[in-house]
Amino acid sequence: MPHSVSPEASPVDDTQLPQTSAQPLESVVKEEPTSPTEDVPMSDAPSPSEAAKTKVNLEDLFDDEDSDEEFSSSVPQVKAEKTPEQEPIKIKASSGFADPDAMRAFYQRLFPFRYLFQWLNHSPSPTNDFMHREFAFTLQNDAYLRYQSFPTSDLLRKQAVQMISSRFEIGPVYSTNPRERKSLRKASAFRPVAKELVFDIDMTDYDDIRTCCTGANICLSCWTFITMAIKVVDVALREDFGFKHILWVYSGRRGAHAWVCDKRAREMDDQRRRAVASYLELVKGGAQGGKKVNPKRPLHPHLDRSLDILRSHFQTSILLEQDPWAGERSTHLLDLLPDPTLRAALSKKWDSAPSRPSSSKWADIDALASSGALSSLNPTTLKEAKQDIVLEYTYPRLDAEVSKKLNHLLKSPFCVHPGTGRVCVPIDTRKVEEFDPLGVPTVTQLLGEIDEWDRENGGEEGGDGSQKKVPDWEKTSMKPYVEFFRLFVAGLLKEERGGVKREREEGDPMEF
Amino acid sequence: MIRQDFSRVDPKRRPALDWKKRQFAAPGFAAQDYAHRLNFYTVPPTAEITLEEFEVWAIARLKVLSELEACAFRNRSADETAAYMGAILEKHMPLHANSSRGGTLQEERRKDHYSHFILRLAFAATEELRRRFARLETMLFRLRFKDDDLKERQGFVDSLGLEWERVEEGERRELGAELAAASGLKRVEEQGWFKVDWERVPELVEQRRVFLRRGKAYVPAREQLSLVVAEFTRRLDEALELTARALPRLDEDDRLAPILAHLSQSFTAPDAAYSSSDAVDGLSTPTAASIDTLAQHFPLCMQNLHQTLRANSHLKHYGRLQYTLFLKGIGLSLDECILFWRRSFKLLTDEKFAKEYKYNIRHVYGDVGGDANRRGRGYTPYSCQKILTEALPGPGQSHGCPYRTFGVDNLVALLQRTGVNEREVLGLVREDVKKQRYHIACNRVFEWAHRREIRKVKEEGSWGAAELDTILHPNTYFKRGWMLKHLGEGNVGVVGGDGERMEE
Repeated sequence: MPHSVSPEASPVDDTQLPQTSAQPLESVVKEEPTSPTEDVPMSDAPSPSEAAKTKVNLEDLFDDEDSDEEFSSSVPQVKAEKTPEQEPIKIKASSGFADPDAMRAFYQRLFPFRYLFQWLNHSPSPTNDFMHREFAFTLQNDAYLRYQSFPTSDLLRKQAVQMISSRFEIGPVYSTNPRERKSLRKASAFRPVAKELVFDIDMTDYDDIRTCCTGANICLSCWTFITMAIKVVDVALREDFGFKHILWVYSGRRGAHAWVCDKRAREMDDQRRRAVASYLELVKGGAQGGKKVNPKRPLHPHLDRSLDILRSHFQTSILLEQDPWAGERSTHLLDLLPDPTLRAALSKKWDSAPSRPSSSKWADIDALASSGALSSLNPTTLKEAKQDIVLEYTYPRLDAEVSKKLNHLLKSPFCVHPGTGRVCVPIDTRKVEEFDPLGVPTVTQLLGEIDEWDRENGGEEGGDGSQKKVPDWEKTSMKPYVEFFRLFVAGLLKEERGGVKREREEGDPMEF
Repeated sequence: MIRQDFSRVDPKRRPALDWKKRQFAAPGFAAQDYAHRLNFYTVPPTAEITLEEFEVWAIARLKVLSELEACAFRNRSADETAAYMGAILEKHMPLHANSSRGGTLQEERRKDHYSHFILRLAFAATEELRRRFARLETMLFRLRFKDDDLKERQGFVDSLGLEWERVEEGERRELGAELAAASGLKRVEEQGWFKVDWERVPELVEQRRVFLRRGKAYVPAREQLSLVVAEFTRRLDEALELTARALPRLDEDDRLAPILAHLSQSFTAPDAAYSSSDAVDGLSTPTAASIDTLAQHFPLCMQNLHQTLRANSHLKHYGRLQYTLFLKGIGLSLDECILFWRRSFKLLTDEKFAKEYKYNIRHVYGDVGGDANRRGRGYTPYSCQKILTEALPGPGQSHGCPYRTFGVDNLVALLQRTGVNEREVLGLVREDVKKQRYHIACNRVFEWAHRREIRKVKEEGSWGAAELDTILHPNTYFKRGWMLKHLGEGNVGVVGGDGERMEE
């Protein structure tokens, strides 16, 4: 539900907070028996008992995953070896992907809190950019806990581990610490001051033109819509608005988020955010609005460029794969055409051949128009109408409300989508075509990979203590994604510090 | 919090260390010379005026601003507003060009200058007043800027010293095609072009009316208005913020305070607020089950939502919000409202409903949420103004005013479904919609649907003109429609009394 966190209509208070999580943070730290030391993600292979426990958990979790209907066939299967001598820990069948044990292990061992911290903090030592940043947690019982903030990344990690939140969202930086907002003398002293400019593209908005799947399901052919959207929006943000640090993140199920992290973008007010969102927005109007794309002529350079990008996709992805005007659906295509005689002629032709594919219907328009039988038809009008149709079926459909408000919250990168178990990994825009949403690792798969790696490399590492510690994420298929994020953050940090690069960071700025 | 010491020092004796405080530092008590008709109001007035002038000037400007706001509420187009405001400005706040013959140029400009700053004081107190004041002042400035003499306008703009980078000849030739496409201008070379950070012209960016490259907006000289207005708004917002901070420390006597308080209170807009407390006379408390029957009296926006809801057993967020508020406005209680939505969303499980939808309904009613929300008993039902200025619905959404959001043919089909079948009315509605006078179209339909009843009350003289004024709120539409259709019922023969009780 895209608007569930809109500032008006969402739970604005933490009154729903269950008793357990209302403890002050200090006590949380003390009462955390499952987290042995602070540097768990950096530690060697886990102790034998812990490793065994994880293995057994995994086994059960994979069973659970197999029974999942949504993506059962396409998930790469990793079989965990049986360890019969251990008593399996029971996990309820209904526990799903937000399973507490898996989530705890995920936050403890895999979530790149360090890079997340650097990303939001824009500096190595904690600043207000991080300390006054709002985090909002969704707990296991679906309670929603807003206005959390943390002095350091370790404390953020501790809270995530302790609450085993199914996901958390990132809000704006406020003028004062969000936790202290109630002790302020004036309410106006607490206001959002900065946040990345964010975009949300969700497949729901494409439901009227998508024929392959419905609802929460996706396949590779409808993911193309998102690929097209990323290409168009990304190039506009870079070329037109001059933004450089744009992070695209898979939303975990059927969409993508963009975080524009340039300082200039972070400090924009609501009016400027609205301007960018409207600049990029083109498809307007509900089911009854008739024609949804009505751009001014001549086309704005941004639309012209977008049309060039989208045209090739329209031929393959839309006409061939989606086949949007099969059978009855062709009436909508007719509605979009300008000339009544042309409409009548096409309608007659298509009614007699109900199984005619969309690509032929698209070609029919030109064939009929150029046959010269329609003297009333203006070729320019037809060309423009066809451009509008291409745009209606391919142009990005943004959930613009998300972008327009400074204080809108958005799910953090690297969270786990509770419905699919997939990690919200960054998308490399240079290889956006290759991104496969169905191949994104799930929590359970990742935890399995750690064990796999430990089993293979455990011997040597245990033998030589002086060897470099390998973070858990490096042992899994998360590695390329975290690496990508690390480089992205490094680029951002470099610019924030005015391009001054200190000498000792010459080799690898993030390696500590 | 600890108050900073310097705030206790008499402002006039405070050393001028900071430019922000300089305006209080050394009042020159000198009359200013106004070279231009327009004013960016950067320098506060320092000369003395009488208390009477203080009040009279402020009230005159206030009248102008309220009329301007009324124009916005009535959806008058820019030209209509200019025509309407011409007479009002001439009466209350005349401001003539340098070329005009009148000998009172300086007087007029002084009045304009002083009244602006008096109202700044009166409206700096709260965020909401500040925003409203800034919006109206911007509208006024835009209005005056537009009808200013071309030469004088250029002189004024030059005097502002805005830093705009000129686009060089070579670059302009290179980007010729893009510039032409973005601006819609035929001959690019005839225009002077400016290059500014796009953040300074959000209005133009929003409507995709400028060419953008690497964060720079290429603005033709023709769009100067937008640049100047944006600059005006920016400076005014900043200045209002400063005024608000200075306000508590103003060395104040008890002569000005009451006037200022009175001014800000009497800034009553003709906003079509609808108080939900007054239930419709003769209508027994509506229940979840009775909505279907009552729906025939709903305005088109709500009928559309109702039909969509019945057809899909679902409505998207903004549709739910708009409809829930309307139902709240007609007197549906929270429990009945939850029941209504629960029954309407018949494809959902109880659990999903409770988890994802119930909270929002309760929030709207002020049952949950922050302190301010609970104390204010939730949100108020949307007026036509609010509905008409919202973002257009996206795919799958159905909120908004159908007169605005529907394609004309779809709109006519919808109207015919709801029983509006007279050719003439439909033709007029088409025209209204084309001219973007959506609320007039809606009122036209209302008057047609209730033509017999309206004639009757007019003949009997039982309803005054106020009760038959233009409808500006969906709940008023329902209330009036329902009353007209049930004339005399329940209180037979006392239609007159009925009418009196209508007055709020």
